[in-house]
Order: sequence, then structure tokens, then C-alpha cells
Amino acid sequence: MPLDRDPADRTYKVVGHRHNRPDGIDKVTGRAKFGADLAAPGLLHGRILRSPHAHARIKSIDTSKALALEGVKAIVTAADFPDHPQVLEDGELTNIRYNVMAREKALYDGHAVAAVAASNPRIAAKALKLIEVDYEVLPHVVDVELAMKDDAPILHDHIRTEGMEDAPDCPTNVAERIELGYGDVEAGFAEADVVIERQFRTGAAHQGYIEPHACLANISGDGSGDLWCCTQGQFMVRDVCAQLNGMDVSKLRVTPSEIGGGFGGKTTVFIEPVAVALSRKAGKPVKIVMNRGEVFRATGPTASSAIWVKMGCKRDGTITAAQAELKYQGGAFPGSPVSMGAMTAFACYQPKTLKAIGWDVVTNRPKQAAYRAPGAPMAAFAVESIVEELAHTIGMDPVDFRLKNAATSGSKSAYGPTYSDIGLVETLEAVKAHPNYAIKLGPNQGRGVASGFWFNFGGQTAVTLNLNIDGTVALSVGTPDIGGSRASMCAMAAEELGIPYHHVQTIIADTGSLGFNDVTDGSRVTFASGLATIEAARNAAKVLCERAAKIWGIPADAVTWENGCAVPAGPNAGEFPPMTIKELAKKAGETGGPIAGHFEVSADGAGPSFATHLVDAEVDRETGRITILRYLIVQDAGKAVSPAYVEGQMQGGAVQGIGWALNEEYIYNDKGVMENPGFLDYRVPVASDLPMIDTQIVEVPNPGHPYGVRGVGETSIVPPLGAVANAVAAAVGARPEELPMSPPRLLKLMKEQAQPLAAE
Amino acid sequence: MARVKLWGSLSRMADGQKEFEIDAPNIDRMLTALGEAAPKLKPILAKGVTVSIDGTLYRLDKFQAIQPDSEVYILPKMAGG
Repeated sequence: MPLDRDPADRTYKVVGHRHNRPDGIDKVTGRAKFGADLAAPGLLHGRILRSPHAHARIKSIDTSKALALEGVKAIVTAADFPDHPQVLEDGELTNIRYNVMAREKALYDGHAVAAVAASNPRIAAKALKLIEVDYEVLPHVVDVELAMKDDAPILHDHIRTEGMEDAPDCPTNVAERIELGYGDVEAGFAEADVVIERQFRTGAAHQGYIEPHACLANISGDGSGDLWCCTQGQFMVRDVCAQLNGMDVSKLRVTPSEIGGGFGGKTTVFIEPVAVALSRKAGKPVKIVMNRGEVFRATGPTASSAIWVKMGCKRDGTITAAQAELKYQGGAFPGSPVSMGAMTAFACYQPKTLKAIGWDVVTNRPKQAAYRAPGAPMAAFAVESIVEELAHTIGMDPVDFRLKNAATSGSKSAYGPTYSDIGLVETLEAVKAHPNYAIKLGPNQGRGVASGFWFNFGGQTAVTLNLNIDGTVALSVGTPDIGGSRASMCAMAAEELGIPYHHVQTIIADTGSLGFNDVTDGSRVTFASGLATIEAARNAAKVLCERAAKIWGIPADAVTWENGCAVPAGPNAGEFPPMTIKELAKKAGETGGPIAGHFEVSADGAGPSFATHLVDAEVDRETGRITILRYLIVQDAGKAVSPAYVEGQMQGGAVQGIGWALNEEYIYNDKGVMENPGFLDYRVPVASDLPMIDTQIVEVPNPGHPYGVRGVGETSIVPPLGAVANAVAAAVGARPEELPMSPPRLLKLMKEQAQPLAAE
Repeated sequence: MARVKLWGSLSRMADGQKEFEIDAPNIDRMLTALGEAAPKLKPILAKGVTVSIDGTLYRLDKFQAIQPDSEVYILPKMAGG
């Protein structure tokens, strides 16, 4: 869907202005219903028994004592998710089934092995203790590099390394090798005046959404039913739950609740198929709510990584060679985002030669789930650390160094295709011109810069817009609102129809009310649902013009839609006063029936987004505490439909990235059991840890959207890891190679290397 | 004929060939022709790839038109968060 016209010629009346979000009052007053708020008459409470072992063969499960307990209504195990053809034909669906309920082996600490539905939570908890599971504990591995060794404990006998023709035909934990690049990197390094290489590691970070997973399933005796849940994609939940339970998709209706954060972690299922199975077996509604420990142990954090990067540049700053080897563990099943890491690693630059190799590795950890720009932040941490060091080594300003090598409109991307219109240079220039860049720093303070890239995606999208009798509009979209998207949809519909923002009410429709929509992911909603909203509104406006033409007795193409009214297209069409949307809505029944517009699309053309972050940090050399003094984000939004919510996305991504950089990681003991499954020990940043995060929106229109919109939700988490590391490196004179930079790790770094870096 | 370029590890499955000249009106026909030209690619193409045409990524639309002078890249399957 191309850009409408030169953005400089267009004046927006609603889009680009700041409006209160339509869900705001309900959320701040507690009226909004989240997953755990749902209830139903005769409700049963579901609980899940989880493996205490990192890796164990399940020799038997005896549920007889639990079933005999009064108040227990149903128990399910893997046997309740039998082999259906549609599951076996789809490798990822087979893995999801295994992940939601362990089969022959438990593959990580917290892996579900059985579930109970009982009349109250205490009985359910008691019943779990009565389920007897006979485990044969097996050797485990949770470290990505140890898992790649020949003598590592093997998780799956069927895995062979894809992407290698000469891979041995024997079981391995290395699921895939990917490679990309161009040119001769060795020649590139030979041409360089300065070459730097380092080995980096990042911990597994959880999305840390405030709302734990929660759902309520109610399956009737005829096999049809409803499921309410917090999710980033009700249609995905419906399709997966139906298939895993052997149901016709039409028999299950899924309604999304409000969502207390997702960040990618709610783009799959965990408890939902289990609740459906329990409800079907018990013949009663079943509610399952995870506690925080379950969220940490059994839902998807992102991958942890080991990344080696080598880059070379000439004295004038030209990057002549860039090379990386990325090893990502994605938990107990294949599918870590290593290919995305490899493709995004150097996407901000134009190295003359490039080679990136990625390894997707399985370990005895929970199956990773998407987390904002999956795979990109850890790769950017490694690359941006080297970029900063190269700049300092040749004595060049780090922003100028990036500008010298920056990807530009029309340049070849590091992953292959040619970029269309992009805004990296604009973000770098804005950072350089910002007052923060000139502030003088004090002792133990350092400044870091980093840039980041994300592809952005579109996807299947359906939108329906209905005109009410008073001329207001009911808009139904199928993409859960995880960042203020309802406000943006209202704004775009209002813009097109020429009506006030508050005359549009947007709802997130259930699966029975709207065509299929892909999950809310890939920063796609404002782009794709927005594009569909614009087209649905234009279709409705076309109907409105036809109705006016009918009333006036002139051809439909002699009427146009302007400023919320049907008007004659020109003097030859006749002289009629403008007919308002309210007047036409009132006459809908007399002129042909309800007035609506809808649009369905597989949206493509989401333009990539770039950002540059600037951080000032201070280090306490005694305790190892790092304080973020100032933080600036400059990001290309294409066209910011709702600037306040764009800024919110930018700030949220930066804060999550700061947490990943400073404190957040999964810590395992020698038995492979997670030792910090709670917010007291897994420390996310809180407001008192942070300064105000400054934002600046750059608008380089995306040629693939009528208004030029680009997704903004993910790019903001890509630069912070590198930007914070660069600030800390400048402050302490030693380069952090491992994240998070927790106080003990930083104290160790300072003790071992505390002297000024070569040129920093 | 459009020049279709493969990402690195995919070209390994095509006996090292990194680029193909394929005359196809859309993505679906292009992928079929590519699979016939390099049969070892067929399972990977069947599992799903992302196709870039002149810089725009297509994850779903198999009937997107390809012009004779289009720049086409076959990239790994992609997903966001």
C-alpha cells in the first residue's frame, strides 16, 4: 500500500496529534479486565505440576491418588494430547505440544508434566502433591557453548544440524547453522589499519511483563467452547489450542482480555491448551493463572548468547571487514532467533566485506519466546562495542564514525537487499546536535553511543468498521493492544472519515467476530492494522458517497468525501449542500442498509526502523553500582500517528534494554534449576533506578504505508545493551564483554583490567 | 529474468551457487522454479522463507509480482516480538 503523496504536502487533522488513549480511564481505575479477572459460574481452578529436574526421563505418572481426592474433577497429562495428523505434520506445533506438557522426558526445570482441575485452589495444590511421577534424572546442560560439545548431554535424539551438508548423522544439540555475507573478509582485514576482535556473552532475559499468563476455558458437552486469555494473538491461540486438542477450529472462540504486557512473550501458548483439555474433561469452566515463579521457569525468556566479533577499519574510518560468529541457545527446542541476530548484527553499516555465522542450540532451559526484536539486541551489543572501540582507537568521534559507515537510502543492507528510504543518518545527526552530547562529564562517568535496526513486519490483517446511527464509528480490529494501538486506530479512522477522534471507538474483536489476524508482533500493528483501518474507512466513505448520490439522484462517481461530508465532486455534479456523516448514518436504513467498510490483507512493505541511543553513566568503583545519568533515544517512526505512544514505546524498549544490560539474567545452580524465579532476585529496573528517558522522533516516511508509518515497538530495545556498555567502558577504562554488568561482574572487570583502554 | 540471490547457508544447499536467473511472474512460481533448479533447496523452501523484492520483505504473499529487473533475495523465515 504505497505512500499517499508527498508528506510535506499533507496536513493531518487527527493523526500526529496527542490524544488520550481510549483504554486509559479503565486501566487507571481498575475497571479493565485482565486475564486473571475473568470468572464463570461453577468455575474450577487449574494448577500445573512441573518438573523439579532440568532433564529427566518420565518413567511413569500415577494420578490415582490425586483423582481420588474429593474436589478433584479432572487431571490431564501428555496422554490427553494425542497424535493428531495436523500436529504431526507441523514440526513447530509438535514442539509446542511437547512444551505445554512433557512427554517421554522433562526437558527443563519447570516443564509441565501434569495438570489438575479442582473445585478450589487449595485442593488443586494438594492434588499436585499426590501425583506420583517416577523420574530417571539425566545429565543436563544449560550453557550454549557446553551444549555444542561432542560429549554434551543430548536433549533430542532426532536433531541433526541443518544448514550443513557435511553434518554427522548423529544426535546433536546444534539444530542449525546459518551463514551469510559477501566479499572476502580476509582481504578486508588485510586492508584495515586497525583490527579488533572480542568474545561477548549475554544472559537470558525475560520479557518481564507485569501480568502473568492467565486464561479461562469453558468447553461444553457438544465439544464447542470459549477461551478467554491474555495473549498477543487470539487467532493463534484458537488455532493452536484447537489443533492440539483435536477440535475443529470453528468450535473454539477465543476472546482476548486486556493485556498487562507481552513484548513478544505472549505470541505463543503455555497454559491455554491445558485449560481447554481440563475443561473438556471436567465439563466445567477451568481457570489457570500462573504465579511469577511459573512465568520465569516455564515461559519463554529470550536466548542467551556467546558472540565473537571481529572488525577492521582504515584510518579514515571506513569499515573494511566485519565478521561474527553467534551462538544462541533457545531452550529445549530449536528456534532461537540466531538468524535474526546474524542478519541484524551489521545492518546499520556498510562494511566492504562481511561474514556472519550463526548456531541455533538447544539446552535444558525453557523454550525461548520472542522478545522485542528477537535476536537483535545481543548482536548489536557485541557489534556496537567493537564499533565504539574502533572509533576511539583511530581517534574519531563515535557518531562521526557511524555516519561514515552508516546504511543509507539506496544502499545494500548487510543482509542482502537494498534499503529503500531509511532514517539512520537522521538519527545520528540528531544525536550529535542534541545538547546531551555536549554536556561535560565528571569523574567515573562515561558516555556511550549505539545504533540499532529492526526489520518490522506486516502480516495477515482484517478490520471492520461500522457506522452507528449517530454518525459515530465502531471499529473492530484483531490485534491485541499492547502499546496504545487503539488510540492510533481511532486516529487513523477519524482522519480518513473527517470526524473527531473521540467519535471512533476501537475494540479488539474475538475470533468469531472478525477474519484471521496474525499475532501482535514484529512492530506490525500500527503499520498493518492501521493500513487496514485506513482502507476500511475509505471503503466506508465510498459507501457514504454512494448513499448521498442516491439521495441527490446523481451518479456515485460525482460525489466525493471531504471533511466528514459527502459533497458534489464538481460544478457539473449539481448544487447540493454537503451531507454530513451523521445525516447519512441516520438515513442508512432508507438508502440501502447498514453502512460499513472492511479490509483484509496480507500486509507487506513495513519499512525498517533505525534508532541511535546516547547514554551517560556513572560507576561507583567501591560497590560496582552503575547509575544511568542521562538517556536519549532518537528513532525513525516514519510517521508518528500517536506521538505520545511512540515515545512510550521508545522509552519502554530502552528501559528493558537497560535492565538486560545491568541486572537481568537467568541464574542456574549446578542441578540446572533456576535460582532466581522472582522479581526480588531477577531485578528489572524500577522508576527510581532511572532518569527521565529523553526521546526525539525522526520521521522519514515509509514508502509502503499511506501515511508513511513504520513500526516502532522493537527497534528501541536494540541499542541499549551496547550504548550502556560503551558508557561503562568509557567510565571505568575497561570493556564489559559479559552482560548483565552486575555489580560483582563489574567489580571483577575493574579489578582485573582497571586501566584506561587504548584510546578511551 | 530476475536475479534471485540466496543467503549464505542456502547457497551451500545449492552446490555453492549464490545466484540464479529465473523467469517467473511471482514469488510462488519463482520458488517452484528455484526448487527445480536446485532440488536440495526444496525442503527448506517448503518450510518457509522470506522473500525480498526490491528491498520489500514478503513473508506471506506468494503471488506478489516479480519484474524482470527485480532484485530478489531469499532470506530465512523471520518473526518479530
